Amino acid sequence: MIRSHHNAASVAALAALASLATFAAPTAQAEDLLIRNATVHTGVAGAAPQTGTDVLVKDGRIAAIGKGLAAPADARVVEAKGRPVTPGIFGGLNRIGLEEIGLDSANGDHSQRLGQMRPEFDVTQAWNPDAQSLVVHRNNGVTFTMLTPGSASGGSIVAGQGGPASLAGREALPPRAMFVDLGGDANDLSGGSRAAQFMLLRQAVVEARAPNLVMVHDERLLSPSGRQVLLDFLKGGGVFVFDVDRAVDIRRTIDFVQAEKLRAVIRGGAEAWRVAPELAAARIPVFLDPLENLPSSFDAVGATMYNAARLNAAGVTVGIALRSAGVYEAGKMRQSAGNAVAHGLPWTAALAAITRVPAEIFGVADRFGTLAPGRVADLVMWSGDPLEVSTVAELVVADGQVQSGVSRHTLLRDRYLERVRRGDAR
Amino acid sequence: MNRPASHGATAALGVCLTLLLAACTPTTTTQHPAKSDAKPVTGDAGGTGVAKSAPFPSTYRMPTSGPVLISGATVLTGTGERLDGADVLLRDGKVAAIGKGLAAAPGTQVIDGSGKWVTPGIIDIHSHLGVYPSPSVDAHDDGNEATAPNTANVWAEHSIWPEDPGFEAALEGGVTTLHVLPGSANLFGGRSVTLKNVHAVTYQGMKFPDAPQGLKMACGENPKRVYGNRRTLPSTRMGNVASWRQSWSEAVEYQRDWAQYEARRASGAKDLRAPKRDLRMETLAAVLRGEILVQNHCYRADEMAIVLDMAKEFGYKVSTFHHATEAYKIADLLAEDGVCAAVWADWWGFKMESYDAIPDNMVIVDAAKGGCAIVHSDSDEGIQRLNQEAGKGIASAARAGITIAPEHAIRWLTQNPARALGIADRTGTLEVGKGADLVVWNGNPFSVYALTQQVFIDGALRFDRTARRALPESDFMLGQPAAPGVSQ
Repeated sequence: MIRSHHNAASVAALAALASLATFAAPTAQAEDLLIRNATVHTGVAGAAPQTGTDVLVKDGRIAAIGKGLAAPADARVVEAKGRPVTPGIFGGLNRIGLEEIGLDSANGDHSQRLGQMRPEFDVTQAWNPDAQSLVVHRNNGVTFTMLTPGSASGGSIVAGQGGPASLAGREALPPRAMFVDLGGDANDLSGGSRAAQFMLLRQAVVEARAPNLVMVHDERLLSPSGRQVLLDFLKGGGVFVFDVDRAVDIRRTIDFVQAEKLRAVIRGGAEAWRVAPELAAARIPVFLDPLENLPSSFDAVGATMYNAARLNAAGVTVGIALRSAGVYEAGKMRQSAGNAVAHGLPWTAALAAITRVPAEIFGVADRFGTLAPGRVADLVMWSGDPLEVSTVAELVVADGQVQSGVSRHTLLRDRYLERVRRGDAR
Repeated sequence: MNRPASHGATAALGVCLTLLLAACTPTTTTQHPAKSDAKPVTGDAGGTGVAKSAPFPSTYRMPTSGPVLISGATVLTGTGERLDGADVLLRDGKVAAIGKGLAAAPGTQVIDGSGKWVTPGIIDIHSHLGVYPSPSVDAHDDGNEATAPNTANVWAEHSIWPEDPGFEAALEGGVTTLHVLPGSANLFGGRSVTLKNVHAVTYQGMKFPDAPQGLKMACGENPKRVYGNRRTLPSTRMGNVASWRQSWSEAVEYQRDWAQYEARRASGAKDLRAPKRDLRMETLAAVLRGEILVQNHCYRADEMAIVLDMAKEFGYKVSTFHHATEAYKIADLLAEDGVCAAVWADWWGFKMESYDAIPDNMVIVDAAKGGCAIVHSDSDEGIQRLNQEAGKGIASAARAGITIAPEHAIRWLTQNPARALGIADRTGTLEVGKGADLVVWNGNPFSVYALTQQVFIDGALRFDRTARRALPESDFMLGQPAAPGVSQ
């Protein structure tokens, strides 16, 4: 039943790769690579998968995508044998690199608890590119993410700014999104009522738009720098992400967005399918968790596995972001996209929801989400259908660099698998 | 542990199913005294001689259902076998026959199984459905009696809200049996219970008849954090162990006092005064007698080894370590002691004691000679797709160069949890004479696209994707303006 190809030589090779990954990755010489005979999903809207196609990566960039490409001297040649190649996968709206251990305050930097509304709080300033979760995600083909501040108890409904990050990068990109938490789960941050949430938002908008308005200091919600940052977003300098689930609250959010002329997306949106026409008309995308189908609260009684399919059918742009913002779900974005497909979302829309859609919405479409010549190489060759749980990432190129596939996880696996095989664990 | 010698070799299957059923039924090792001959837990104080009936008895009754023949399907029996193009006949709530070309008597409902896969019903050994139900309002916070580190006296079943919509979502995911436990705030969290996943107004109507109860214990961070924050014992891991040992010492005395009392009474002694009942000790004493099975939340390998030594000190057995994120480090020790590990595929890093969790955990546990791997959920989302959780483990194994066949992996969701819950004589495998708990899938169940088509419990159709019910099972979902519709 169990057949192994494992041997000591491969362990040694893995160990060598591991040390390379640990010490040399940031400055490694980009390896030239020809992936031959793949099924290439460029991720470009409307583009059909290209079978029997090669991808050439040179000096860390995609040099060419086409048939019968010649391998440059010294290039590593990988025979894909028809296996799929896609853009790197999106990690979600989460904390990859913002916490090492979930239940440990010293190792979690995702939320401020200053007891004030601080839109200038920029969570990308806490990012740690050496966090283990980056390596684990890269090995699973997840190459970029959206660093997302949380609305913690003692914080504010305006969680602050987040920004995209390459999971093979050394620093996050500048913040591109302002995160706002609405609905019953944020009542503790708005004096006990969701009615106060729009009240507070409107006051913040007034302060930002009229910084010289005469107010005694104590009446102000925002600091001078907070007013400045919020004004920049109000002028279209970034996208607002509203975490909201209840249908009527989503409607009110649409009204607010339109009144203030904001760029906005809905995050969560458990009942978004009930207001799909309004969302489509307002051109507001939804980042949802396709696995959310239980009435977890009275804001989400309408939760359903068909949320993604219904929104997509109504013309709403669908992105995927798991509800949990934890660090342990490296394979779950793909899995949840696959489940959305099993419940009616077209396969291409599901792949786009974890590649092109987030890249476009968060302003990094020139680097992530689609494959095109000239781009920094950010792609994955899969063992099979990338949305299938049985599929693994066989080759990952992130930020132009071929990833080793080695992490603490694989090193632990190899150490103990050998011991169990030898019968001398413990 | 005795596994079917033939697992993986289809040639021997027919013999197993028809002639040597008993020999092919996996038997437990000594650590599971309550199994095929499990007696209902009585709840009696001493357990010896006091002829009281078990309180809170199951009121589940097997519904009458006509015979059903599923024809021409790919059948994973749960014993390690795969049969292609096989028929399964359900009759009187049992698996009546498995094989090719079975004849259907008049009146038999026939389900065309071509292109379909059939597996035993999925068993989740770690669920909090009903005790942490949806919606998760404060008033539903019934899973942790976090008021003392030893609450072995509480029973999770008394917290279960049968209207939790999570039950029917789990049914749609193929779960026919589930074990509901108290949370892990306490060293001794209380008694856990095995349910059939059928809708009932009372939990007694869901209670798996004659299944042994469990005792939820918890290692590590949770108890020491909960009580350490209150500046009471335990605030450290050594405090955890000291507190456990104190309780077990008392339980040994309690058991001895009651045994002496029973012996004197049996010998006709007069004017005897029965020892005072202590509901905490009653639970622990029932563990010492092997009537209640220990289900132990424990992440780290070193702590599991400590628990196993403690179990030897006081003479009880651990059925299963739950979560067991480092089980792979002591896979041979667990196998040697006949202890199962119930694990996730890819949860890690959410707390320090899960930092070394790896997705290959289930595969390495399984790879040890005699290892018993179980895939569990601990989640109202995860319980809906335990098949996919195992699928991720299979994928991880492939990356390590290990091939796991579907007929082998299904055991992690069916046969192994049935064994660890002491109900393997009744469910968990498709064998003639066993309860007809089974799932018809639209394809390989380990695919992300696999959906259940029909789910049977004791031969009765409980979920049918081709014929949706007009109304949800859960009273809670009735008349909700936002309700998305049944199974949608």
